[in-house]
Amino acid sequence: MAKTVAKAKTVAMTGNAGCALAMKQINPDVVAAYPITPQTTIVEEFANYVANGQVDTEYVNVESEHSAMSACIGASAAGARVMTTTSSQGLALMWEELSIASAMRLPIVMHNVNRALSGPINIHCDHSDSMGARDMGWVQLFSETAQEAYDNTIIAIRVAEHEDVLLPVMVLHDGFITSHAIDRFDVLDDDEVKRFVGEYTPKRALLNIDEPMTFGPFAMPAYYYEQRKALRVALDGAKDIVIEVSKEYGELSGRAYGLFEEYKLDDAEIGIIVLGSTAGTAKYVIDKMRAAGVKIGLLKPRLFRPFPSAEVASALSHLKAVAVMDRADSIGALGGPVYLEVKAALYNSAKRPAVQGYVYGLGGRDTGPDQIETVVSDMQKVAAGEEAPREAVTLLGVKE
Amino acid sequence: MKWDIKDAESWGWQKHPMGATIPEAGNADYYKTGGWRTQKPVRDEKKCTDCLLCWINCPDSSVRVEGEKFASFDYDHCKGCGICAKVCAPKAIAMQGEGGEE
Repeated sequence: MAKTVAKAKTVAMTGNAGCALAMKQINPDVVAAYPITPQTTIVEEFANYVANGQVDTEYVNVESEHSAMSACIGASAAGARVMTTTSSQGLALMWEELSIASAMRLPIVMHNVNRALSGPINIHCDHSDSMGARDMGWVQLFSETAQEAYDNTIIAIRVAEHEDVLLPVMVLHDGFITSHAIDRFDVLDDDEVKRFVGEYTPKRALLNIDEPMTFGPFAMPAYYYEQRKALRVALDGAKDIVIEVSKEYGELSGRAYGLFEEYKLDDAEIGIIVLGSTAGTAKYVIDKMRAAGVKIGLLKPRLFRPFPSAEVASALSHLKAVAVMDRADSIGALGGPVYLEVKAALYNSAKRPAVQGYVYGLGGRDTGPDQIETVVSDMQKVAAGEEAPREAVTLLGVKE
Repeated sequence: MKWDIKDAESWGWQKHPMGATIPEAGNADYYKTGGWRTQKPVRDEKKCTDCLLCWINCPDSSVRVEGEKFASFDYDHCKGCGICAKVCAPKAIAMQGEGGEE
């Protein structure tokens, strides 16, 4: 393990190009993917690397995302290091394979560039696609910036393939906002990434003819339940491995990541919870409000599955009021998915803040500082005890 | 069987192989599916030409062949689908009811 931080190489590229570069540096054995906006430029760029002979990857052209994930499952079961990418309807078309990939304990790494689910059909950002897949047994790592999307891709390989995890990992970043905007960020040398991810030597592989093995058999009621318990334990355990691998990556890259990021939260009275690119806007608003004397901070979840409930509850315990902002609605429920997780995490804590839920930015609706300022002003009233936290979720920026 | 699964139904979650894999090849042989059958194929050896169309088409590998000739049906695994009888060119295979309630 390198003790010295690697020399930074600064690039200017889109988030998607950064993800494609990370894939090139990882040099997976197999990539099976189908293009879908806004993920397309990742596979386009990666296909160039394949065509130019810059990677050794077997690139499988498939006719749909259903086939893409099926091919990934087959290749991973065969013993290959496998990656793919998708968005929105593509992820939806992978649905039945998503839970098979995790149940078969296959360390596939997939970018999902967040885009609203149809309908109406829409190509822009919200988190309804990957939030819908939150119970599929995949590790989910959210990224705020192109830097984080690049770093999370490399970290995801090590998390997925860790002996105690062996689960698929989904790396998320915001469609168009992060995927298509050119950002300045630092990348590692090819050799450093190669050393960090290492060789993948699977202990279970269909192509190991010396130890023949059946993958994906039928499990009757006497066996199914135990498999699901094993899956829960493995996914819960992925939390510690995310911490461990992120720490090692931090020593190499100089960029430290935890389960979530806390921004000016230590002495805050009001907290905002938001993941993805809008966390950047929230930081801007927090700085502005801090200058005006408002004690406010941010908690930005990075690892959403497994959800670090105890750690989140502890990080929020000193606050008076917390606003949870979701870029996905869970219609028919009390509010969005992050809101539900946070509220559930706090319920049995003796010391807990009041919590109010917001949905924002569905289908790519812009969420500017003004909307977040509205949230802060609401929360000041809740923190001061002037208003009880609202039971119903508030849809920010919707036209009444 | 190299894998002892006698009491597998009582195994705790940690004893099962990861991801429900089965660390042994060809173990479907231990699962007797013949009991699913309501009709069984019966061969008339006088009509049979040993063309082996039944062996080629059997989806459950339940036609046994020895010396490139029909040997027997594997009634432990034959599910009685009737494909062999349907494809049999000299009509040497007939499906017979297994009895019981129709």
